[in-house]
Amino acid sequence: MSFTWTLITLVIMLAIIWRFLGKYMASVYEGRIRWASFIERPLYRLLGVDPESEQSWQRYAAALVVFSGMAILFTYLILRLQGHLPFNPQHLPDVTPALAWNTAVSFVTNTDWQSYSGETTMSYLSQMGVLAVQNFVSAAVGIAVAVALIRGFSRKGSRTIGNFWVDLIRGILYILLPISFLAAIIFMAQGALQTLAGPAHIHDALNGVSQTIPRGPVASQEAIKEFGTNGGGFFNANGADPFENPTGLTNFVSIVLILSIPVALTYTFGKMVGSLRQGVAILTAMTIIFGCWLTIGAVAEHQANPAVTAAGLTHQTSGNMVGKEVRFGDTSSVLYNIASTQTSTGSVNSASDSYNPMGGFATMTGMMLGEVSPGGVGSGLYTILLFAIIAVFIGGLMVGRTPEYLGKKIQASEVKLATLGALVMPITVLILTAVAVSLHSGQVGPLNKGPHGFSEILYAFTSVTNNNGSAFAGINSNTAFYNILETVGLILGRFAIIIPTLALAGTLGAKNVVPASLGTFRTDKPIFVGLLIGVILIVGALTFFPAVSLGPIVEQLTNGKFF
Amino acid sequence: MLLHLRRSVIITVIFFASLGLIYPLTETAIGQAFFHHQSNGSLTQFGSILVGQKWAGPKWFQGRPDTYNPMSTGGTNLGPRSQALVTDVAKQIKILKSEGIAPTSGLVTTSGSGIDPDISPAAAYAQVDAVAKARGLPVAKVRQLVTNHISGAQFGFLGSPYVNVLLLNEGLSAIK
Repeated sequence: MSFTWTLITLVIMLAIIWRFLGKYMASVYEGRIRWASFIERPLYRLLGVDPESEQSWQRYAAALVVFSGMAILFTYLILRLQGHLPFNPQHLPDVTPALAWNTAVSFVTNTDWQSYSGETTMSYLSQMGVLAVQNFVSAAVGIAVAVALIRGFSRKGSRTIGNFWVDLIRGILYILLPISFLAAIIFMAQGALQTLAGPAHIHDALNGVSQTIPRGPVASQEAIKEFGTNGGGFFNANGADPFENPTGLTNFVSIVLILSIPVALTYTFGKMVGSLRQGVAILTAMTIIFGCWLTIGAVAEHQANPAVTAAGLTHQTSGNMVGKEVRFGDTSSVLYNIASTQTSTGSVNSASDSYNPMGGFATMTGMMLGEVSPGGVGSGLYTILLFAIIAVFIGGLMVGRTPEYLGKKIQASEVKLATLGALVMPITVLILTAVAVSLHSGQVGPLNKGPHGFSEILYAFTSVTNNNGSAFAGINSNTAFYNILETVGLILGRFAIIIPTLALAGTLGAKNVVPASLGTFRTDKPIFVGLLIGVILIVGALTFFPAVSLGPIVEQLTNGKFF
Repeated sequence: MLLHLRRSVIITVIFFASLGLIYPLTETAIGQAFFHHQSNGSLTQFGSILVGQKWAGPKWFQGRPDTYNPMSTGGTNLGPRSQALVTDVAKQIKILKSEGIAPTSGLVTTSGSGIDPDISPAAAYAQVDAVAKARGLPVAKVRQLVTNHISGAQFGFLGSPYVNVLLLNEGLSAIK
């Protein structure tokens, strides 16, 4: 019953956020919000950027790639040198090269895959000075790309798609920073840590227990970790750690933060292309997929854990509690992990590795659909728009007309770019998984035996290539092999989708608008929503069904067998 | 390209200073000023109420069979078809039964954090008889103690009801 209320409250809050944040974001990126121009203007002067002058898609993409490269380099250097830098009360040594490289790429690509335990690896300077900074920056880059693509649809005969530096700064200054600032205060009030003091040593006279309790500036990082759909935890347990996610309220706030921007961007999209109905159609498709996956996950986790049953406890009224926290219970745990894997967040408040087979299926395949429901900040919208182009193309094939989307003729070059963007992820995931399961260095990674061990590897590469960052965390990926192979997925999954998307923005923006006629396939109607969902599911199923069969599906079917 | 590079360097430094230092340090100042207890780890004289501890039964209410090492958080990550998980749970069931405690799913499974400070109300009630017997206290009094320590779901619907084991045992130690 309380889960029903949680869902109702979530839907109402997201509806309000959709309307107001969505409209606000449109105003920010159209340059109508000016309340922080006293910070903005000096920044542009320092950078030598004229905020009124725009870039072609090539220059936009080049600026984005160079900037991201610099971010990787800077993050890498700070991690490598942390032992010699301040804010390191635990005197932690420099991060090793392979791990620093993996972590730097992972945070810059909005993934936050973590091959390390924060409490024993990262100094406070590394956490707040580079990792949390990339949480802001990678999110702003994602939104910038989505907005550039929207501009491609909304403009006609335009040679430019916006100015990368302006979009980057505005996203952080007007959207990410103010809301994170407020959210961090909620986290602190509820019990999240926010201190520069080192670990606390306690001794309990009642039971004779002594503990060393790690601390740090957690709340400030927690807020942007969720709001920017990053997901990198301060501590190894991530959102399950009581210092990161202390209460039912912070758990709920986390879920709202995760979904806010991806959901609201559909309003921004509708507003900027001049038809809210187009945004509603996209949001409807996202919501239906999210609802289905949440149902699969919630039903699965409400069942007994088969291993616990086999051990002799048949009566498990609270569902599968392995790897879950008591204060959240089974349903709030599932809601969090589903929200996290249907976006590019990847933060978890419960161990997905210990989910029942179909619960693990739901988190894994949520990512395999390309993270479009609602997807990461910006990346969710631009990826689903790639699918929308494929959907109208297929619709056009059926009736034998040149397809249009939002008044733009969809021709060979657009379809090629959209298909490229949609297929990079599955191809990369399958090849990397195949490489890992074929080599000894890959085979020694998993903790679990049997099909679940395979799932751990498949999950890892699905997660990094979708820039998600969650894990079937039993896998030991802090080896040179995994740290380096994963970065292939991280980089391709980010930039090999962003660049075709920006190219698409460029070619679409240059086109003129064809007026809608009677024969135009309407993209704001239920039939389009159905077609879009169909395309997303079919592409996902065709590419991943065989692999998933060897993992969660066979695990579900091998009833009564233990490995 | 050089222009992009120059701008990237400048903005990286600015972001480091503003988002990486000014923002978290301002939040730290707010936390230390207004939420001093919480932002320093919710510490009491017996430990942090957010970090579970190992309590040996049956003189104390025990928590979940976690490792309770806050310097190494996380779950066991054993999958639903793991033989190791079957063995671990079976062992824990045996221990509980030997102490006269009826096992609940929370008491035989490990958590996501590895330091779960809470148990469900049902798990606390399941231990009442054993604790009362071991301490020679009236059952009704111990049961009342548990009831007093139940925290409901927030606002009535966020999360699940729970009992904080440290606070419960502090209360238990105060019963004469």
